[in-house]
Amino acid sequence: MHGTERFTAAVHQWLLGMFSPGAAHIAEMVLTGLAYLAFFAVAGLALVYLERRIAAFFQVRLGPNRVGPFGLLQTVADALKLVAKEPIGTKKADHFLYSLAPYFLIISSLMAISVIPMGAGFSAFDIDVGVFFLIAVSSVGVLGILIAGWGSYNKYSLIGALRSGAQMISYELSVGLSLLTMILLVGSLRFSDVVQAQSDYWLIFKGHIPAFIAFVIFIISGTAESNRTPFDLVEAESELGAGFHSEYSGIQFAFFFLSEFINMFIISAVAATVFLGGWMPFHIGDLEGFNHIMDYIPGPVWFFIKTGFIIFLMMWFRWTFPRLRIDQLMKLEWKYLLPLNLLNILLMAFFVWKGWYL
Amino acid sequence: MTERIIFYILAFIMIVFSLMSVTSTKIIRSAIYLLGVLMATAGLYFLFNLNFLGAIQLTVYAGGIMVLIVIAILLTHHVGFGLPVPDKKHMILGWLAAMIGITISFFQFTTHTFKPKIGNLDDRVSKMGADMLHYGDGGFVLPFEVISILLLAGIIAAITIAKGGIPHLKKRLKSGQPTTVSSSTKKQ
Repeated sequence: MHGTERFTAAVHQWLLGMFSPGAAHIAEMVLTGLAYLAFFAVAGLALVYLERRIAAFFQVRLGPNRVGPFGLLQTVADALKLVAKEPIGTKKADHFLYSLAPYFLIISSLMAISVIPMGAGFSAFDIDVGVFFLIAVSSVGVLGILIAGWGSYNKYSLIGALRSGAQMISYELSVGLSLLTMILLVGSLRFSDVVQAQSDYWLIFKGHIPAFIAFVIFIISGTAESNRTPFDLVEAESELGAGFHSEYSGIQFAFFFLSEFINMFIISAVAATVFLGGWMPFHIGDLEGFNHIMDYIPGPVWFFIKTGFIIFLMMWFRWTFPRLRIDQLMKLEWKYLLPLNLLNILLMAFFVWKGWYL
Repeated sequence: MTERIIFYILAFIMIVFSLMSVTSTKIIRSAIYLLGVLMATAGLYFLFNLNFLGAIQLTVYAGGIMVLIVIAILLTHHVGFGLPVPDKKHMILGWLAAMIGITISFFQFTTHTFKPKIGNLDDRVSKMGADMLHYGDGGFVLPFEVISILLLAGIIAAITIAKGGIPHLKKRLKSGQPTTVSSSTKKQ
């Protein structure tokens, strides 16, 4: 039994000791929800801090370093400032849709994060169709961006929203197909099965050539899906102000900002789970001694190290590649990534059929 | 008990949103209310443990069709553009038709006895996939393939229209005549 499983079992027993089974069930649901919300806020703040520190590192600066030790409290102070600010909207905007839009993004990211296992048995909603469910709920988020752009009554917002709609719909295909390539190896859409299948080798080593191609495609399209540089046409500062959230301020802006970083976390977590083994420690075949040493590091630590690595990669992209034009963006997806992806699925199916994997 | 409460909440959301969707005069708002109905339906599927169906509902309706509808509205309408309120006669007729519909379905639901399905529903995705490509008894390979051909035809049609590659339409475009397909087919 893994540490995280023991932890959830202990919490379950503790609640059963305090309440009747029905009330304990409800208390568990509420606690899980609160835990995810807390994680959401903390991860968002930590990621903003990391982004600023890493950006500074690439530009040979120091970044935030005054508030708290190493500037750790800088983003907390920024968040407090945003919460305290007055929300100012446009007069002619559709106020209902304007205030509704941020919740679409927040809720879709929260639902997406609930299926990712952060340790053994440590996910809120481990369902049979986990990977597909993740793609399904993250496709709802784009509606929030479209409505935000429309409801703001601002041409820059509207252009940003339409760009984002086109971009996210196109790149969703590549995200889904590259995940499907890996599902061929596992044979199950359940996230815990995907992780369990990697107990001997991680999938990226198991599927070697097609898996590596799928990994590269997933990272590219995942970066596009979370609207990050070099695919940040949606909020291209030099062209559109802030894009779809130009007219938002105060806590609503904070919601957009937060959900953007959480989306990056989700993409990285999925990449870590599907390609790099999730919470599974690094094992090499049947090298008993080595595997035992690796087992001493707990699952969540592995998960966050791998996710952090992908997040670092995505932050690195931001200071390496220039922004694409909208036609280049569409060409990249529909003329290069999509056909490559379909061929890659065929290749992977052939490899699985012949048994040419580890 | 909890499930029953969640069911009633979802059903209430569905009824309220579907009413708001047809009574709103702002077209984008009715689209959003419709989205509420579709999401609540997905919620119902998840409540009944039909996870695959729920995820399909979310991808196809919320992620696909609603995004298409919203983009179509964004491209064709003006912010704050409201549809005109229909005149008295149409409103009365509409309400009358709705009432008749409600009465008939209410009558049906109260008189018909529903048989609960006995046994476990096998809704594993792997089973579904195997059934989809099974060509023996109870397999769905023919409809599956026919639908994929239909989709291919749809994609080709979309590309043809987008590229403007229909010859007689092109000719009419040049000469400035009306270019709707129906008028051109009538004359031939």
